[in-house]
Amino acid sequence: MIKQVTRASQTQHFDVLVAGAGPAGMAAAYAAAQSRARVGVVDDNSGPGGQIWRGLPVAGETPVHALPKQAAEWNARFSNAKIAMIFGAKVFAHPEPGILAAETWQGSVVLDFRKLVLATGARERFLPFPGWTLPGVMGAGGLQALVKSGMPIRGARVVIAGTGPLLLAVADYMRHAGARILLIAEQAPANRVRRFATKLLRHPAKAWQAAKLRASLAGVPYRMGTWPIAAGGTDKLEWVEVTEGKKTQRIACDYLACGFHLVPNTELAALLGCQMDAGCVHVDDLQETSVEGVYCAGEPTGIGGLEKALVEGEIAGYAAAGDTARARQHFTARAVARGFASALEETFALRAELRSLAAPETLVCRCEDVPLKSLERHKSWRDAKLQTRCGMGPCQGRVCGPAVEFLFGWSPESVRPPIFPARLESFIAAARIARDPAAARQ
Amino acid sequence: MRQMIALQINGAPIAVPSGTTVAAAVLSSGVKRFRRAVHGEPRAALCGMGTCFECRVAIDGKAHARSCQVVCAEGMEVRCDD
Repeated sequence: MIKQVTRASQTQHFDVLVAGAGPAGMAAAYAAAQSRARVGVVDDNSGPGGQIWRGLPVAGETPVHALPKQAAEWNARFSNAKIAMIFGAKVFAHPEPGILAAETWQGSVVLDFRKLVLATGARERFLPFPGWTLPGVMGAGGLQALVKSGMPIRGARVVIAGTGPLLLAVADYMRHAGARILLIAEQAPANRVRRFATKLLRHPAKAWQAAKLRASLAGVPYRMGTWPIAAGGTDKLEWVEVTEGKKTQRIACDYLACGFHLVPNTELAALLGCQMDAGCVHVDDLQETSVEGVYCAGEPTGIGGLEKALVEGEIAGYAAAGDTARARQHFTARAVARGFASALEETFALRAELRSLAAPETLVCRCEDVPLKSLERHKSWRDAKLQTRCGMGPCQGRVCGPAVEFLFGWSPESVRPPIFPARLESFIAAARIARDPAAARQ
Repeated sequence: MRQMIALQINGAPIAVPSGTTVAAAVLSSGVKRFRRAVHGEPRAALCGMGTCFECRVAIDGKAHARSCQVVCAEGMEVRCDD
């Protein structure tokens, strides 16, 4: 059942509400819907799939791109289950226990739940270097997301740089879309990447994907132990410089797709008061967080990719709907998927050289135009925020936060509502609920 | 064949396949600058997934819309010159 919410300021009630419709959220909602629970999914995007499966066809539409088999299977399961879907809605506040407030393009929506599954996914980590604010410098996943959303790329010269297996997936996608991939620069040293490749053999599905990717990318230079140091151009990107430590090479290009692995989206979990563990949401065996009735699955519990997201989503969905027996049947599969997650972390750890890419004038906070030199004299992020406005613009530190954490070791101290900038009328709707929660439940 | 959607970007007409986001339409139109930064530098889409706010534009007079999260609709008026 596909249901798009378009009316302004309405309340919807759910036994199990899932925040996020990527693989973890789809699996959680599907699992919860196997019981007789009333299940809803809320997502900021215009359809299901999250980032990795962006552009899944809604029932009755022809897909824009050929879908991986696993995506098609999960999409069919998800679309045929009895799940209320609320797309184009960003959750910005938690005005009362059991209630989330979300804003849509048309208005706002209040979501009332008994159990909640957080499947908020991850974003890319960006690191500042000279020229990184030029139009044409994008995230690796960012460029892919834009191309999937209709951006023309045929014939464009693209350099892909940063770290993680995402770079290869993006390169493969771009090549099929008609881009000319000039270079894939992976910052992790070759010996670590090779060790990772050996470990992949324990995960046959991943090993098969990797082998297919490698074959598909034959002829595209993939250089390990190589990273970007500068980008340049007048008003837009014209070239990028990469280095392997000693030699530097300048490459003329139209786009630099650059991401330094992923960081979990934990803002909503933090707002709800969930306990964190090394930057990730702490969960128990059944994926339940430290807040009773709030579960978490996928990247927010630790970056681990698709298989981990799906299996954690299933466990969380069954557990939230009260079917712990079925949840437990997936524990073994989860242990395997988590093994892959720790191998990822080890392999793609960021090299120290990346801490010194930014020049004194390089902007670290892109929202408020705060350069590195204004941050260096501060002792904590809180101090830097108060004095420089770093992290206080519309992205609320989602871009510069992970960067300053890597550069200075500063970590965010608190999360306050709204966790996304929201319109005044949306606040008023949420405030009305906070004052009279009973009204929302009528 | 996908249906085409007609909209305007900085006053110039453009048609894009249905399902295209406003950010992708802006990039298709050849406009390089989505917004001006605090000190006037041009900026364009970075994350493509609604977190960085670099692609914000005005859509039908509503400012600060994240263009990568909004799907193009018939007759939309997009302004990137704020």
